[in-house]
Amino acid sequence: MADTLRLRIAAHPFSAPFPEDQRELLAREARPVEFEPDERIFAEGGAADRFWLIETGRVALDMWVPGRDEQVVETLPEGTVLGWSWLTPPYRWHFGARALEHTTAVMIDAAAVRERSAADPVFGYAVLSRFAPLIIERLQATRLRMLDLHATPQEIAETRARRAISPDSPDSPEPGSAR
Amino acid sequence: MTTSFETGTATPADPMVPRFYQVTSRREETRDTVTLELTAPSDPLGAFAPGQFAMLTVFGVGEAPISVSGLGGAADDDHRHRRPHHADADGLALRLTHTVRGVGAVTRALQAAELGQSIGVRGPFGTGWDVPSAAGHDVVVIAGGIGLAPLRPVVLAALAERRAYGRVVLLFGARSPSDLLYTGELESWRSRGVEVAVTVDRPEPGWRGHVGLVTSLIGPARLTADRAAVFLCGPEVMMKHTADALVASGVPPHRIRMSLERTMHCGAGWCGHCQLGPVLLCRDGPVAGYDEVCDLLRIREL
Repeated sequence: MADTLRLRIAAHPFSAPFPEDQRELLAREARPVEFEPDERIFAEGGAADRFWLIETGRVALDMWVPGRDEQVVETLPEGTVLGWSWLTPPYRWHFGARALEHTTAVMIDAAAVRERSAADPVFGYAVLSRFAPLIIERLQATRLRMLDLHATPQEIAETRARRAISPDSPDSPEPGSAR
Repeated sequence: MTTSFETGTATPADPMVPRFYQVTSRREETRDTVTLELTAPSDPLGAFAPGQFAMLTVFGVGEAPISVSGLGGAADDDHRHRRPHHADADGLALRLTHTVRGVGAVTRALQAAELGQSIGVRGPFGTGWDVPSAAGHDVVVIAGGIGLAPLRPVVLAALAERRAYGRVVLLFGARSPSDLLYTGELESWRSRGVEVAVTVDRPEPGWRGHVGLVTSLIGPARLTADRAAVFLCGPEVMMKHTADALVASGVPPHRIRMSLERTMHCGAGWCGHCQLGPVLLCRDGPVAGYDEVCDLLRIREL
């Protein structure tokens, strides 16, 4: 079992680049998990004390919006990592997560990884060095989605017109108006 | 008198003079996008290659550059599995398929074009995708929104010469599920061995597919960097971001071809409206290698 987990951690695109001794430390805190379609993995606001190396399947990150039910903000496919709210206080999930299809993953005890990182800065730096690019990549992708690159010129003009109505808007059309 | 049409050669003619085509089929793709099949009753243009574009005229409204999205007519491409780049073996564009999104005066008029309506067509203009240059490689098609339209002939060409290529992968990102093009064809391509992955920026109720940028599909596709021949089309910022992600994963820039857009007017490299630095996109583009245009795309004045 432990050997299988080591192999799975060595094969996953997120954890593969860790040196072997650090992968060994991750494996000590790991166990295999499976989720059925629509199974909730965690809920927004819950204690964030683990993360998952998704091997097969797909997970939706969602947020409950009053009047609009659960809104999926992003899906995480195989080969990616689920969960980073455990990195910083208050260690609570910012979003919820739900399996969209049968999903297999290696679950890692993040509270243990956090403690070990505090005691072993070399290990801690390695962990952050893997999470930081992931976070940056998702931030950049989110920013590009915010640009709504597929909008037509007319839709862009309409958005500008709506913004111009707001007195605080930088697009405010009144020349010389007090800022 | 024997016309050039009967002898099977296109009349070499002034590239500025449109030929008359008729709308012989139209299919609503989305709320703002339509696929038109245009047929030449007589006097057709010379054959188009995948990636090339036509200048389409709606008489009384104006003219717009639209890439070809099919070369033998929509029905043939779908059902008879004709070889798209050989569809006009006689060297004539008897039929052309264009998928048009109504975003301006001319494209909205094209979107509203009715069966039987006359459309002026000039072309073929510009560089093509040169799909055969990907022989022996995995064909990786990455599209954003309406960017799938000019890439459709790439998928069809790869399917028509299936054994010439390795994997055929299509990664398609759209704004929302209602904005997805060719939904029926995506399924048929999938059943013919194309690895199709679709993602949207904004899901709608009932959507169980991917949500996120098209780049999020690259990892799960498990591409082999030195085997990939990439064909990329979408909003320019999306293309730059995607090309950079591919280069970072080891795909050589010259193996990434993209279709660029500037204001095309004449189509023949005369007027200069489509200039991108030293490049006239109507003549030297629209398809170019990322190695050729990478630096140009970073200069905002261009």
